Amino acid sequence: MAFGPHLLLAILEGLVTSAVLALTALGLSLVFGVMRVVNVAHGEFFMLGAVLAWAVATTVGASPASGFAAALVIAPLIVGVVALLAERLVLRRVNYDPEATIVATIGLLYILQQLALTFYGADARPVPPPFNLRISLPWFGYSAYKLSIIATSAALLLLSWLVLTRTRAGLIMRATQYDRETAQAFGIPVGRVYATVFAIGAMLAAIAAVLIVPISQAHYLMGQDPLLLSFAVVIIGGLGSLRGTVVAALLIGISDGVISMFFSPTLAKLIATLAVAMVLVFRPQGLFGKVAR
Amino acid sequence: MKAGARLYALHGAVIAVLLALNFLLPAYHHGLMARILVLATFAMGYNLTFGYGGLLSLGHAMFFAAGLYGAGLSIQHLGFGVPEAFLAALACGALLALVVGVLALRTTGVAFMIVTLMFSQAVHLAIIYFSAFTGGDQGLMLRPQQRRVETVLGTLNLTDPNTRYLVALALFTVVLFLMLALVRSGFGRVLVAIRENEERTRMLGYDTFSGRLAALVVSGTVCAAAGAAYGILFGYVGANFASVQYSILPLLWVLLGGAATTLGPLFGTVFMYYVVDIASGYTSAYMLVVGVVLILLVLFFRKGLLGTVRERWLRWLP
Repeated sequence: MAFGPHLLLAILEGLVTSAVLALTALGLSLVFGVMRVVNVAHGEFFMLGAVLAWAVATTVGASPASGFAAALVIAPLIVGVVALLAERLVLRRVNYDPEATIVATIGLLYILQQLALTFYGADARPVPPPFNLRISLPWFGYSAYKLSIIATSAALLLLSWLVLTRTRAGLIMRATQYDRETAQAFGIPVGRVYATVFAIGAMLAAIAAVLIVPISQAHYLMGQDPLLLSFAVVIIGGLGSLRGTVVAALLIGISDGVISMFFSPTLAKLIATLAVAMVLVFRPQGLFGKVAR
Repeated sequence: MKAGARLYALHGAVIAVLLALNFLLPAYHHGLMARILVLATFAMGYNLTFGYGGLLSLGHAMFFAAGLYGAGLSIQHLGFGVPEAFLAALACGALLALVVGVLALRTTGVAFMIVTLMFSQAVHLAIIYFSAFTGGDQGLMLRPQQRRVETVLGTLNLTDPNTRYLVALALFTVVLFLMLALVRSGFGRVLVAIRENEERTRMLGYDTFSGRLAALVVSGTVCAAAGAAYGILFGYVGANFASVQYSILPLLWVLLGGAATTLGPLFGTVFMYYVVDIASGYTSAYMLVVGVVLILLVLFFRKGLLGTVRERWLRWLP
């Protein structure tokens, strides 16, 4: 293959990564923005989504399409319930103290990872894609399913934007993010908002995982890279900025695709981590964020 | 100096007990304790910044790895002897801590945790990326003849369990008394003052940035010493030691033993190591134990073992 088509392939792969990453990072960003806590177990919610998708798809198993559809509904719901329990039983009781939350979510990370290893096993298992269609480009064939991931992710991001900016629920979330105490004084049940946001954040990660699992298999250690890259996206994009999250996801996803294809995946991750550290040190509000009040 | 004498007697007694254990422990526990002593040294290094300095770092694995690889690579590729390799490891740790500190200490709180986490990840990925030198995920095995020290009194064979235990204990002792002296010194008190109220400390005329940087450099050097000792004593240098897990473990040990106590890291490491060791006899699910203990500590036992003892009974513990 010549350089041009090769680059096109790298960019397409990068776009798929970006699509999944944007959803995962949006979940992290919502939790970070509204609750001001860092959820280190976010990658494990992603992993849990993928593993549950496999479990649901093999149980339902009538056809790849129906199995996948069931997984897309059931897996995020279960992950949402797990997140809700974690929020009620642990995070609320440490009063969302930033450091205690980090230590507690590290604990959660180990627990979820171990449970996945014990009940699901150390094997990587695929979920069949809902449809097998290849779109023929002049230079190579490309999976239509991968393109549908990009479309689904874009639709979900648009939906999130509409919910956040156009609905009452979004207004309540933004009010809590802007000023927790004033929001409470105006009768917003901040505790319930936190619980909901935490569950939604985890469910976004789970949806992203269900979308990706037909092309990259479910494995109990798969949560690490999404966590790292989501951190990168949230930090480079700026806290609580949806636009920044999408732009940063595109930036990181596509450069990851290109560097992985032409150099090595390890180098791509190395550059991403150093970029995050440098952005945090020299521009803590992110490339697109506003300076905190 | 009555208080000082009591403190040195207490710490001396702990060392004496550890020395006695060298002759009393059965072989299996003897080997385990040698590892624990090195890891407790790592935890003491972590405790200086986390406990006394109030800086929650999620990246101390990089300093441990700096020592591990500083020693391992210089032995493997430059043909260094053990003492030179150990010094090289200390230099690597100090230099890395200085560079990371100058950058990371511009941030505080959550940003500091993420910056240290990212730098540590970068070190881990770099070790894997340059696998031609480092052996990548496989790591390097140091041969027994590379782990001997020629002294005027004869050859010190670091593959012998007895020597290994005593060398580990010697390192532990040096670092323990270094920590004790540090936290009782003016520097230690300024560090605690910065942790409690940075603004006020700065108003009193102290340079809080330099104070923290110095603490991080000492901490990084101690962790590197532990890393170098681990590699040389047990003969294996692997990328696994640079992973996030090895940044979390010292945090867990220090939290359990009691942050900002000189002996807490030892008790935390011993306790946790044995809990995991005993648990792994019944189940392979040792990560579950680590996770549950972390959450329980945060929920119910924030001060840790010695922190609670100090609060309830022994107010004079450093």
